Amino acid sequence: MSAGAPVLATAVADHLALRARWRALEVAFWGAALASLFLLPGKHLILAEIAVLGLFALSLDLILGHAGILSLGHAAFFGFGAYAAGLLAKHHVIDEPVLALLASGLAAAALGFATSFLVLRGSDLTRLMVTLGVAMLLREVANRFDDITGGADGLQGIATAPLLGRFSFDITGHVAYAYVLAILFVLFVVARRIVHSPFGLSLRSIKGNPLRASAIGIPVNRRLVAIYTIAACYAGIAGALLTQTTSFCSLDVFSFERSADLLLVLIIGGTGYLYGGLAGAVAFKLMQDWIASLTPQYWQFWIGLLLVMIVLVGRERVAARLRGLFGKGR
Amino acid sequence: MPVALETLGLHKNFGGIAACTDVSLRVERGARHALIGPNGAGKTTLINLLTGVLSPSAGRILLEGEDITAAAPHRRVRRGLARTFQINQLFADFTPLESIGLAVSERLGHGGDWWRVAGSRLSLDADIVGVLERFRLAEVMHERVATLPYGKQRLLEIALAIACQPRVLLLDEPAAGVPEEERHEILSAVASLPREVTVLFIEHDMDLVFSFAERISVMVNGGLFTEGSPDEVARDPRVKAVYLGEEVVDA
Repeated sequence: MSAGAPVLATAVADHLALRARWRALEVAFWGAALASLFLLPGKHLILAEIAVLGLFALSLDLILGHAGILSLGHAAFFGFGAYAAGLLAKHHVIDEPVLALLASGLAAAALGFATSFLVLRGSDLTRLMVTLGVAMLLREVANRFDDITGGADGLQGIATAPLLGRFSFDITGHVAYAYVLAILFVLFVVARRIVHSPFGLSLRSIKGNPLRASAIGIPVNRRLVAIYTIAACYAGIAGALLTQTTSFCSLDVFSFERSADLLLVLIIGGTGYLYGGLAGAVAFKLMQDWIASLTPQYWQFWIGLLLVMIVLVGRERVAARLRGLFGKGR
Repeated sequence: MPVALETLGLHKNFGGIAACTDVSLRVERGARHALIGPNGAGKTTLINLLTGVLSPSAGRILLEGEDITAAAPHRRVRRGLARTFQINQLFADFTPLESIGLAVSERLGHGGDWWRVAGSRLSLDADIVGVLERFRLAEVMHERVATLPYGKQRLLEIALAIACQPRVLLLDEPAAGVPEEERHEILSAVASLPREVTVLFIEHDMDLVFSFAERISVMVNGGLFTEGSPDEVARDPRVKAVYLGEEVVDA
């Protein structure tokens, strides 16, 4: 090794670590989120919805944007977590919301682990069909066992216990938003840590070239199972948050529309840099809200038009710029 | 000489077509062993069988005496068998630094670490830098792989395999597509490999084959046709007939 090697080694370490450093815009983003807690009390209901959708989209970004697994049935895990939280609360198995949330996430993770083996092989098309199938299957199961799930009427009589034994969820949504935002932030930091780790790097290599990834010794399948399980856990927690904050859960949590909307959200925001899901959720919900207030019946038309435009006008360029701002190398 | 890599009656059929028939090949430890043959002879199929990308229809593969026929590709890498590809298989969105870092951290068993920022384990850096410098990739280590000149990409292709510190290295046409004037960089990289590393390589460039190989196996129509020292193969009229043509007579 040459004399310059130690210098080079330092440069190597610095460069790799640099990518993981928090950028100013990221701090600003979370600062704004925190500020909304105090400055926009009237908007807490929709903000809580946005935060739940953002978490759900973050979950999809973990598998789609970072590991290249395309899913049209991510609602399977969202719904599983939602029903888990509902049943835990309804039957007073775990009353404490945070613990129930964790338990629901773990339940969804278990389902994710079990079904991950179905998405290991095959093309994007196979994965689309398999994930879609799993979600449809779960919806029918929930429909069939209506003595447990309430069937088409939804799960009634859920009363979420006060948070930390003190803060009750009420109709203003203040507690709900603070709760959802805090959970979103914690899980975001964890996800950020994961994608900047060697494990996260190996996932991106698998996304880029699975053949070469296995040829340099990366256990491709094991890594994919791991991230799919983690993403399922995230989606389950998002679902559980919805149940806890609305005290209601219906078959709609498993619906195809939910999975498809999620893909839309992520495409609007851009994949592969973690903020895409959050930005997409904000844009999607605000547009939905805004357009619906102007012309309620044409909401689908405008979102469709927007989607076509985003894809044609070059989402990649926009997303690349956003990624640059938020500090990821790609 | 102990045997580094051995196949016993290896067969591979694609539907009705036999891509590999009864291949029994022995590669001695430390060998510089060339695998030559006309296009479609099954050379790359054999490499894919050896590395586990394809599984054989019949036969066995032994790496240093141990049966690896059923082992997953990444397990074979961990046991010391690495390869390069005829057509570059790189991580286009990565930098050379990230690519090599990935391979090194995987080799040392840190590739699954999920709660540590990549690059924070300083003990890896010397290894990474060593590979980058050896393959003259240090000056481009922060550039996106997709934007590198082809010659550099070809070097990275080999560097990635070397970063796995293989005991047996399979090179699938290492100089393929590299312009004449950049070829020496690839050649010197291959020639400077430590002696204890066993090298089995496919190559069409006969100058390279005869300057580097100490043993040559000739494949024709999916089977091993003949094997011998470069001199023996060069003199074999049957080899000349099926493949080499006039080139060898000149050499």
